Amino acid sequence: MAEIIQEEGKQKGGKKKAKKFSTHIDMTPMVDLMCLLITFFMLTTAFSKPKAMEITMPEKKDDPTVKAPEIQAYRTVNILVSGDDKIYYYFGLADPKLPLPQLIATDYSKDGIRKMLLQRNKVVFKAVTELREKVIKGEEVMSDSTLTRKIKELKKSDKLAPIILIKADEKAKYKNLVDIIDEMAICTVANYAVVDIAPLEKQMIDGTAVSAPAPK
Amino acid sequence: MPKIKAPVRTPHIDMTPMVDLFALLLTFFMLTTSFRPQEAVVVDTPNSVSEKVCPEKDVITILVGKENKVFLNFDNGPDTAVLIRKEVLKKIAEQYGLTFSDKELKTFSNWASFGMPADKLKAWINTADSKDRDVFQTGIPVDSTDNQLNLWVRFIRLQNPNAEVAIKGDGEADFKAVKHVMDILQDNQVNKFNLTTNLQKEEAKLEE
Repeated sequence: MAEIIQEEGKQKGGKKKAKKFSTHIDMTPMVDLMCLLITFFMLTTAFSKPKAMEITMPEKKDDPTVKAPEIQAYRTVNILVSGDDKIYYYFGLADPKLPLPQLIATDYSKDGIRKMLLQRNKVVFKAVTELREKVIKGEEVMSDSTLTRKIKELKKSDKLAPIILIKADEKAKYKNLVDIIDEMAICTVANYAVVDIAPLEKQMIDGTAVSAPAPK
Repeated sequence: MPKIKAPVRTPHIDMTPMVDLFALLLTFFMLTTSFRPQEAVVVDTPNSVSEKVCPEKDVITILVGKENKVFLNFDNGPDTAVLIRKEVLKKIAEQYGLTFSDKELKTFSNWASFGMPADKLKAWINTADSKDRDVFQTGIPVDSTDNQLNLWVRFIRLQNPNAEVAIKGDGEADFKAVKHVMDILQDNQVNKFNLTTNLQKEEAKLEE
């Protein structure tokens, strides 16, 4: 397709002169093709690479010799996730033999579950945010891996930080689970686990749970 | 007076700078592009603040669609001489009394995600048209009577013990379905999952 446009030099007299070729090449087809290719690549490119949220589940083992780690009730916060974006929490343990703890309904907004989590996790959250800010401002210089390690140490150091148990019932959507685990990351909660919901807790959500009489 | 005649010139514009620019852009896009893998189902992943990039190699991706159907994708592994997909399919064929020709095995090793009962695999591989292919994507059976996902995961893990697991669930999928997939994985000694999400920044502030 590419044609070479010739501009013939005027021949003077009888002298023969070599023909002059201008060096203009018609680039239109090439430009067309490039346009097409660019459009193609622009449309197929996936700019935002998918991110991954890591989650480690407690190992499933029916080994009677291994005891479940003891959890102090005063540190425990139970989060119950249900359908229709409903979410509840209660402190301590729900034991059929004891009076039921108070179930508090909340939501996924900033003033909902996050407020409670930040309140409970104040010390760790403060320490981690301060450390991060220092690194950003350049007051402390450290590599990313050192930072991650230090944050981990900070998280472990607090012996009063909450232990969160996330329990979702059958009606919950997958999005709810991701949201609540995400909330743990936002609030720098160190100890959390996704565990199965107990029948009593299901009843608590339904409002059919019967509280045991207070021990006399 | 002789007429002044404007010299007729072909209206050629110098396109060189434009072409230069185009060439640059084209090179940029060609180098940065990473093709979206074709997936058996459209999955709308939920958002999170996680900034960890999803692993691209040595990964078993389990897709959970909006209707709680389960699809599977796994790669051929680090060693290009051993095509893991091929080996796994052979094992599955053995289990279900199926036979695959070399050509069918090769086709399967080049394709991506799938979700169908094992007895439909052959028909799926032999479809010529990509439109016909979608009809077969009905999800891998995961119920306790016929837990095919369990077998797939076990065979993949036997072939490629380093494979990580990524769960790519649709936000609208039921937690129950995802939990069931997780249980199957835990039965295969996989306790660490990557939940694929989209990045969305969130800030938290402590109120005094």
